[in-house]
Amino acid sequence: MKSARTGAVRGRGSSQRRFELKWGLIFISPWVLGFFIFFLVPMVSSLGFSLFDFNLSAVGAHKFIGLENWKRAVLKDTEVPLAVLKTFAFAGISLPISFLFALTLALVLNSSLLRGKSFFRALFYLPAMIPFVGTVMIWYGVLNQHAGWINQIIESVTGFKATGSNGIQWLQSVNLVYLSFTWIGLWGIGNMVMTFIAGLQKVPTELYEAATVDGAGWGTRLTRITLPMITPIIFYNLILAIIGTMQFFLVPYVINRGDGTPAGMTNFIMVYFYRQSFNYFNMGYGAVIAWIIFIIAMLFTVVLFTTQKRWVYYMGEK
Amino acid sequence: MGSPAGNLAVTPSRNRASTPAVVVMRIKQVTFFLGILIVLAVFLLPLAYGVFTSLKTEFQLSAVGAPVLPSSLEQFENGGKSYDVYSVPMPDGTTKRLALVEKGRESSKFVDPTRPDAGLIDWKGAWRALNASWRIDLRWVNFVTAWKTIDFLRLLLNTIMYACISTIGAVCSASFVAYGFSRFNFPFKGAAFLVLMATIVLPPSVTLIPTYSFYFSIHWVGTWLPIIIPTFFSNAYNVFLIRQFMMGIPRELDEAAKIDGASPLQTFFSIIVPQAVPALIVVMLFHFFFCWNDFFGPLIYLAGQPGRFPISVGLTKFFNMYVRQNSLVQASALISTAIPICIFIFAQKYLTQGIVVTGVEK
Repeated sequence: MKSARTGAVRGRGSSQRRFELKWGLIFISPWVLGFFIFFLVPMVSSLGFSLFDFNLSAVGAHKFIGLENWKRAVLKDTEVPLAVLKTFAFAGISLPISFLFALTLALVLNSSLLRGKSFFRALFYLPAMIPFVGTVMIWYGVLNQHAGWINQIIESVTGFKATGSNGIQWLQSVNLVYLSFTWIGLWGIGNMVMTFIAGLQKVPTELYEAATVDGAGWGTRLTRITLPMITPIIFYNLILAIIGTMQFFLVPYVINRGDGTPAGMTNFIMVYFYRQSFNYFNMGYGAVIAWIIFIIAMLFTVVLFTTQKRWVYYMGEK
Repeated sequence: MGSPAGNLAVTPSRNRASTPAVVVMRIKQVTFFLGILIVLAVFLLPLAYGVFTSLKTEFQLSAVGAPVLPSSLEQFENGGKSYDVYSVPMPDGTTKRLALVEKGRESSKFVDPTRPDAGLIDWKGAWRALNASWRIDLRWVNFVTAWKTIDFLRLLLNTIMYACISTIGAVCSASFVAYGFSRFNFPFKGAAFLVLMATIVLPPSVTLIPTYSFYFSIHWVGTWLPIIIPTFFSNAYNVFLIRQFMMGIPRELDEAAKIDGASPLQTFFSIIVPQAVPALIVVMLFHFFFCWNDFFGPLIYLAGQPGRFPISVGLTKFFNMYVRQNSLVQASALISTAIPICIFIFAQKYLTQGIVVTGVEK
């Protein structure tokens, strides 16, 4: 049928092609324009900016300094590598906890044992609807050392003196602040849980039936069927989570205006980028930091994409 | 459940075997349910804290031994004066709620609020050691105070202005682009779509400095324009979502319109858009929540323009200033939550669908 069509009306075929090209481009033109204006040109000029000593607060004063900004960021300014390390450390704590929590929650909310699924799903999703600044304000109160409920509950249940000036300093202790930020982040986890649940529902039930017949227990079914089958969704969420964590900014900014409290622990790379670019208006240096964020995020993305053949299972392939 | 099985009592052995299994199942279900209920309670505990705190007085928040529920000290009014009420242990072993009239170091004078004419009761002991008597008192006025202090109406109008204009931009541009990708064949279409998808993993910070400097040079910094205009050029998530949906609309519909002489634009508006309404609603909702939460853009572009702040930035500034007035902080956080949660309740189905499409059908 295909050959008959192309053979019979060759002339119409090429006009058809021109027609499709014309209208296709017309329809996608908003994106093409936007891509050039808001992505490609700024990205390239960002590289150019990084070669200048350029400060917006002193108008007209920009000077070409070559790789000076890059040297400063990589070799001289210890804040940059430290901020990257802090971001990694936070990611090392927050990503495993968030993923474990989201996965467990999804398994539970999808379990055949659970009655009232939609009720639980809606309520576990509810905090994701709260504006994130509001979330931080609520958690700031509940984690308060003296009057916060967390410390008061710990004290009344265990008897350990959690409140008071020697109590648990969730947001001021160097050891606890990443953990506290992770708890706060769990309130925004709803979307991840939803995607996991959707993934779990797509696992063919025959697989479980066959495994049960073969005598596989709950743990075997989880590690041999469930987890491999939802690796594409883990992969997708992992990429988004890594990009998001590299740009982790809102929580430290709302809680302490990005001043790094306690002891510089919350000087994440995005916080430092904001300070250099929009407090000091060092636009050239800011561009370097932005590129460092970009390079690191891309490195992780590339590693994930190249290793996905080994651990991500796509249904229908092979 | 057991009794109807009785008239079928042909195989008692099997019956006996299944009943305990059912019971075990039920027990499992109930413990599972209760366990998750507890987890849910812990998960939502901060929300309860926020609600309770927002209804308390600052006095209660700093008072030692204050109850968990929003309360105020019980007062006894007599002769134009008000007195605090305390729980007073009496010599006969009972505890009475008495109003403290005259404070003394070793003994104080009380009066029984229920029988004020019975005269003063002399009580020996230090009144400071007594527990004050609290009475439930919900301070709804905190919400009014927070609303006024923060000038919430203005934040709300700014946010709604932003959300409405940019939602129009986002939905129109994304459906346009999605139609282009789903219905027309042109060279490098696959590659272009890949590039579009790749912008999802691009950290926005990398383009920020040049765009900011550009907006600065054309005097757009300090206005909403740098935040609103880019939404008119579509975004990868929205395009993906609408495209997925459009691929499911039968092509026969477009073909029929084409045979009738409709141009692609006419087809788009008269056939495709009406069919794609569910997807457009999802994108609208997502974009609305995105606007409600959008923080970094307004923070840098509207810096120093408090009259133009959206809720997210306005709340942050308020929080930094009034951090010690926790009841107001919690009240304002809850006010900001009201509209998104209302929308969530009515549009839950659409939202879940959208999340599933973007997250699973890659």
